[in-house]
Amino acid sequence: MENLINIGVRSIFIDNMIFAYFLGMCSFLAVSKKVSTAFGLGVAVIFVLGVTVPINWIIQNYILTEGALAWIGPEFQNVDLTFLQFIIFICVIAAMVQLTEMVIEKFSPALYGTLGIFLPLIAVNCAILGGSLFMVGRPYTLAEASVYGFSSGIGWLLAIVALAGVREKMKYSNVPGPLKGLGITFILVGLMSLGFLSFLGFSL
Amino acid sequence: MKFLRNQLDKAKHNFEKGGKWEKFYYAFEAIDTFLFAPNTTNGLRGAQVRDAVDLKRLMMTVIIAMVPCLLFGIYNVGHQHFLALGQEAVLSEKIMIGLIQVVPIIIVSYATGLGVEFIFSIIRRHPVNEGFLVSGMLIPLVMPPDIPLWQVAVATIFAVIIGKEAFGGTGMNILNVALTARAFLYFAYPVNIAGEVWTYLPDKAQAVAGYSGATPLAVAAQAGSTSGANAVEALNSFGAGWADNLYSFWNLFVGFIPGCIGETSTLMCLIGGLILIVTGTGSWKIIVSVFAGAFGMGLFINAIGGNPFVELPAQYHLVMGGLAFGAVFMATDPVTATQTETGKWVYGFLIGILTVLIRVFNPAYPEGIMLAILLMNVFAPLIDYFVVSANKKRRLKRATV
Repeated sequence: MENLINIGVRSIFIDNMIFAYFLGMCSFLAVSKKVSTAFGLGVAVIFVLGVTVPINWIIQNYILTEGALAWIGPEFQNVDLTFLQFIIFICVIAAMVQLTEMVIEKFSPALYGTLGIFLPLIAVNCAILGGSLFMVGRPYTLAEASVYGFSSGIGWLLAIVALAGVREKMKYSNVPGPLKGLGITFILVGLMSLGFLSFLGFSL
Repeated sequence: MKFLRNQLDKAKHNFEKGGKWEKFYYAFEAIDTFLFAPNTTNGLRGAQVRDAVDLKRLMMTVIIAMVPCLLFGIYNVGHQHFLALGQEAVLSEKIMIGLIQVVPIIIVSYATGLGVEFIFSIIRRHPVNEGFLVSGMLIPLVMPPDIPLWQVAVATIFAVIIGKEAFGGTGMNILNVALTARAFLYFAYPVNIAGEVWTYLPDKAQAVAGYSGATPLAVAAQAGSTSGANAVEALNSFGAGWADNLYSFWNLFVGFIPGCIGETSTLMCLIGGLILIVTGTGSWKIIVSVFAGAFGMGLFINAIGGNPFVELPAQYHLVMGGLAFGAVFMATDPVTATQTETGKWVYGFLIGILTVLIRVFNPAYPEGIMLAILLMNVFAPLIDYFVVSANKKRRLKRATV
């Protein structure tokens, strides 16, 4: 249990997808103009990450890695399907995103409208695939992988909502012309990750 | 004063439209309005704010509040210097050493920062920002006494351009300018701003026998990693032989300890805080809640226990390091703090909690207040957003009955 809390806190604050790994920047920068929209996208990311990481963990450990297919029969002992990893992970992610999209369209057409193209683009959000690939690289159990996926999503939500809050305030800033828009946002994200450095090196 | 006024009036036509130095109008205007209250009045249209105190006068109040910290800091730099050398010295000698170390840092900080400000105001055609009056004083106060001057200059320029002017100048910055400068140095040149650099020693070899430059926080953290030690005892026995009772609780409170120039004395910070609160410049809610947050978190981790550093009595966290200075002068920065009244409580509380957490659980940073404030600066607009939307919801409910 303590281990799970540890992984949860780590992936929200210390190994934050945005500020530690700079993953998922595209939608992070594009959809962070309003807090409410950012919140919606963040929840979608939490859902997709929280579901795909455990599913991919199961696929990875029971189908893809060398010897994982041994449960079918001894003749599959030496099959190594790791080369299919990327394709299968992306397929799972795309399917989940499709599902999320349908749910959001059904229950919140307004959010669906404001998210626009960035909702289907969660499928190619590197934070999502990154989550699955980090999971492969670390010796997690299924429970740990679930917690990891879910709390990475929370970390992403926290980051995008914080950025959106700052950007809403910045509407009144008199930013120099050449820096307007994305330029100042990049500087802003850099400064924000300076603040997030406070978590770097936390020993839990 | 009259002479100055006359000279300014005489020079004025050169800077106005059509004059030969028209380009530098805002530089002239900055000096003029800094020295004298402006005599311009608005027409009677739109909303009017009537107050004798403008932004420049407000900033001056903050600087006055910093004077106790500065004077004490100058004395303390000299005091620590002679303490480490093991020499007796009279007051004037200590102050002399302090002045030699501190004044150049202040001059460099103001010169580079104001230089950047003036250049920006001339290019971007806006009045010079008053905010740097305060930042320019805060930056030296959070530096170690023998920081290389070029680093002060680089950090100041970085903070003013990237931290403030890129966002549009005073009142628009997201992160506290002085803390941005310090964080920049902290991550770019850690050798000169972390570890045992807090006492000015021209040559380390001359130090008195038994001398150690460890700060109280470092001593407590050290006690935390050795089993069977007690952090309070470690603090009390520190300095035996060359400076007895250096880190006793009372000494930590008054501030005769090594540290950043202005941050060592909790007492002086509290006097400054009193000036800010009485004049209405700083928010007492933030100051109180930072202390409360740190104290509460200190008590909480005491209850959990674990190692001697975790069990350090909570009141020690309030007097060690830069907590008081940060709470009084950095967290209350009206631009980067939360704007809503409820938000201020949340903001200060989280700063206090985070500070203690970083100090105790993050071995990479012995001092937590700087990064805690920077982090909460990032989240301040979000706290405001939630306070405002909660308020909206409550009022909507009332309205539609």
